[in-house]
Amino acid sequence: MIIEHPLLGPRDAAEFVYLGDAAMIDRPDGMTVDDTGMHDYMYLRDNPAGDIRELWYHEQGDRSWLVVTRNTITHEITKVELARDVARRSGRSR
Amino acid sequence: MSQPNRIAGGQIDDKHALSFRWNGRNLTGYAGDTLASALLANGIRLVGRSFKYHRPRGIFSSGSEEPNALVQLREGAAQEPNTRATMVELFDGLVATSQNHRGALEWDLLAINDLISPLLSAGFYYKTFMWPKAFWEKLYEPVIRSAAGLGRLSELADPDIYDHGFLHCDLLVIGAGPAGLTAARAAARAGCRVILADEDFRMGGRLNAETHAVADMPGAEWASATCAELASMPNVRMMPRTTIYGAFDHGIYGGIERKTDHLVDSAGKPRQVLWRIMSKRALLCAGATERSIAFANNDRPGVMLAGGVRSYVNRYGVAPGQQVAVFTNNSDGLRTAADLEAKGIAVSAVIDARKGDAVIDTSGRKGLRSLRLNDGRKISADCLAVSGGWSPNVNLTCHHRGRPVWNDSIMGFVPAGDLPPGLSVAGAANGTMTLASVIAEAHDAAKMIACDLGHARGAGVAPTSSDETYEASAIWHVGGSPARAWVDLQNDVTTKDIKQSMEEGFQAVEHVKRYTTLGMATDQGKTSNTLGIAIMAAASGNAIPDTGTTVYRPPYTPVSIGAFAGRARGKDFRPFRLTPSHEWALANGADFVETGMWLRAQWFKRPGEAGWRDSVDREVAMTRASVGICDVTTLGKIDIQGRDAAEFLNRVYSNPFLKLPVGKVRYGLMLREDGIVYDDGTCARLAETHYVMTTTTANAGTVFRKLEFARQCLWPDLDVHLISTTDGWAQFAVAGPNSRALLSKVVDSMDLSNEAFPFMACSECRVFGGTPARLFRISFSGELAYEIAVPARYGHAMMGALMQVGEEFNAVPYGTEALGVMRIEKGHAAGNELNGQTTAHMLGLGGMVSRKKDSIGSKLSERPEMIRDDGLRLVGFRPVDRTQMLTAGAHFLEKGAPADMAHDKGWMTSVAYSPELGHSIGIGYLKRGGERFGETVRAYSPVRNQDIMVEICSPHHIDPEGERQRG
Repeated sequence: MIIEHPLLGPRDAAEFVYLGDAAMIDRPDGMTVDDTGMHDYMYLRDNPAGDIRELWYHEQGDRSWLVVTRNTITHEITKVELARDVARRSGRSR
Repeated sequence: MSQPNRIAGGQIDDKHALSFRWNGRNLTGYAGDTLASALLANGIRLVGRSFKYHRPRGIFSSGSEEPNALVQLREGAAQEPNTRATMVELFDGLVATSQNHRGALEWDLLAINDLISPLLSAGFYYKTFMWPKAFWEKLYEPVIRSAAGLGRLSELADPDIYDHGFLHCDLLVIGAGPAGLTAARAAARAGCRVILADEDFRMGGRLNAETHAVADMPGAEWASATCAELASMPNVRMMPRTTIYGAFDHGIYGGIERKTDHLVDSAGKPRQVLWRIMSKRALLCAGATERSIAFANNDRPGVMLAGGVRSYVNRYGVAPGQQVAVFTNNSDGLRTAADLEAKGIAVSAVIDARKGDAVIDTSGRKGLRSLRLNDGRKISADCLAVSGGWSPNVNLTCHHRGRPVWNDSIMGFVPAGDLPPGLSVAGAANGTMTLASVIAEAHDAAKMIACDLGHARGAGVAPTSSDETYEASAIWHVGGSPARAWVDLQNDVTTKDIKQSMEEGFQAVEHVKRYTTLGMATDQGKTSNTLGIAIMAAASGNAIPDTGTTVYRPPYTPVSIGAFAGRARGKDFRPFRLTPSHEWALANGADFVETGMWLRAQWFKRPGEAGWRDSVDREVAMTRASVGICDVTTLGKIDIQGRDAAEFLNRVYSNPFLKLPVGKVRYGLMLREDGIVYDDGTCARLAETHYVMTTTTANAGTVFRKLEFARQCLWPDLDVHLISTTDGWAQFAVAGPNSRALLSKVVDSMDLSNEAFPFMACSECRVFGGTPARLFRISFSGELAYEIAVPARYGHAMMGALMQVGEEFNAVPYGTEALGVMRIEKGHAAGNELNGQTTAHMLGLGGMVSRKKDSIGSKLSERPEMIRDDGLRLVGFRPVDRTQMLTAGAHFLEKGAPADMAHDKGWMTSVAYSPELGHSIGIGYLKRGGERFGETVRAYSPVRNQDIMVEICSPHHIDPEGERQRG
């Protein structure tokens, strides 16, 4: 697989470490969330046949966390973003 | 030495004789031969025994599809089983032997299997050997194991080296036959960066084996000229001897290049290179593979594919027989006869199935002697050239789960539209079966690809060529004889096996494959799959398209495991990381232990010490009595800086970090988000916005990864920056009552008094007159102790200098074992205790998890099951009989309780012998352990055969109030 790094261009997948669903970015605040909310964040994941947004870490590279949109049937990668930008867009700035 | 079947012509160099050994016989061939062509030239027809029935078998084909001629190549450690003689390029000094027989090849004792063949029919594995039950292990399995398999491994380490490599191109052309050469030339002329790969050592494909003309010259000559042109172009990489074995994601193709397999000795060069080829586009020009026709006894040596016969005659200058008959169901048959006659080889009959003629049986015990036809005639022949039509090599088009479709006009499966992205197909692989149309199609395909890639001009025009017609008919199986008719030669699958499988309910194509083994093993049914599917279709009454094909997966042909491993073998697979004091330790009697990838000193043996315990007990005693020094560089170190560093730490550690003053160190407990303890360590605040975190050795990499996740994904706008400095700083623990005195002589002008530099203080400083250093007053041993860090390049010198200064205090170096003893004496948790199931409560650290803030894992650590009062607690243990030794892993039971899971009360995690206390001690998890000090329980270890009574105590076996470390 080749991942089109937004800063570094096409990189071989062997340079990356895989984590999982990009939903892990949306961590609720532990002081305000109820048990169910934190439980669901921790344990519930979708398993789609089709596009999934997932987290890859460029460990053998610039240490960027990326959000990669990948089709689980074809392995086609349609979008790669810096996870930091995704986090900011979903309101995680402060 | 004479080669009885050698004839004139071909692309071999008869000035260049090569000698080789076959089953102990010295033989001669020529440069340009394969092992198969050289054996045939020497009149050797019997080359192996079949897999199941041990039938005599000969060379069947001239390419990578070969099912029969599998040999052991080379000798000793370099020996390679199941090598296809048709793919082995002959070299001077080659040694090969036949395989899968007991006794001589000519007199194989296991040929008895052929007589009991009714017992070994499809599915016999699943039906026989069922009873009596005990016979399986004692009799059946050992007998089957010794009889099963084809070649034999040397069971020695492979002496050759293998490499991995990466290549990039605009266009990868797979196969260098007429289609591949035409396409590569057009794309290269247009300006594309082209890689042309072919599994053969001589490019040209069927052009080398046939008598076609291209561009008004013999096809083989055109192929050589085109190869020369391509080789001279700077934008082309020619890769003969390279099999593209798989189509992977995003235009990546796997290639295996045989670099030195054609040399007697690899001379230190890689034997094979596994390439990962990144292509913008790829064009499959893999051609087609001929198949046989099923008729009785169609497996005798001498029965060959007609295309293979033409290869031997035209390319290798070898007559596969003196009297050759041709049996065909398509228009290729007459060409075979014409090519043979042109070389003066007698053709005894041409049997054209389309005219109603057929071979119904053969005879000849160890090689073909005659044929019986359906009209009663008996024909003499020592070679029968069979053509059952051609199957396009669609394999790579199916590696992304594509399914080929049936084409009635060529009687074969052709690629459908569902190809891997970026891959196109041209030529016979695409079902285009005649030369002129192959060349035209390949040229157009390459031109279009070049245009897509921005090279619209320059491709030139396609070469002209001779053309022919190709008509195939649907004649698969000839009946008329009760004898077995083979479909899959390699796995000994006959038409009867397929019919039986269908009758027994295994009717789907994937079921038939597994029940009969049709299409399995090293050739993956290249010559047999389509024939097998046609016979299934006939048996079920379904059409061939409705019967379908099995799934094609990589690799296209076998790839050696060594190539996949590449250089990552032995220690190169997992190299050691060495500590800065490694050389010093080596020179000072250390025994080493692997901790993760690190090699650490385990203890330092002194003269007169009989066993490891002597060394460890001494190191502990001397450290606690005076001072000891231990290299702790392996602990993870993370440099954390930024205005929001304190806030960041407060969110990743479960205990509070906002108020840690500059110049102080704090113990930090890290949880996983699910509330389980993840890691622990210390964090030192060197300046207002500068911290240094330590992690356990094992988690150094993953903690850093998690912190980056928290920094980038959870709190993207905190001003905090991380860098791993584990390898940047050499760090030493200096522990024991004299540690202060020792360090006072090391550190430049710094007050180390307890008032000026108390327990948990830290500071940047200088040592030995100016070398930058960091000093931390932290203690894992429980003694008055420090850790001192210097840039890693000074680590070796630092160790020596510390020991030199320490001489007056009788300082000792200590290893990981003494470190472990001292931490168990102090009840400090380590890897044994933090096993991925541990809560802060179990460690007695429940109070550290702050409820006043949100940190990773804090919310889910509050779940009721995590904080149960009757849950496990870390406590200490000592044997009631102090002479007994405790055992890690022992489980705790109440006295008199049965030893089962229902009565399990916990387990011992770590044990050690305490030199200070003079007896064995342990720590472990016990239910309600914190309330039971002074009581006794049973420590039961059926694994180590131990069952003793132990006394429950505080996990802090020594100095429970911590006075020493604060002193």
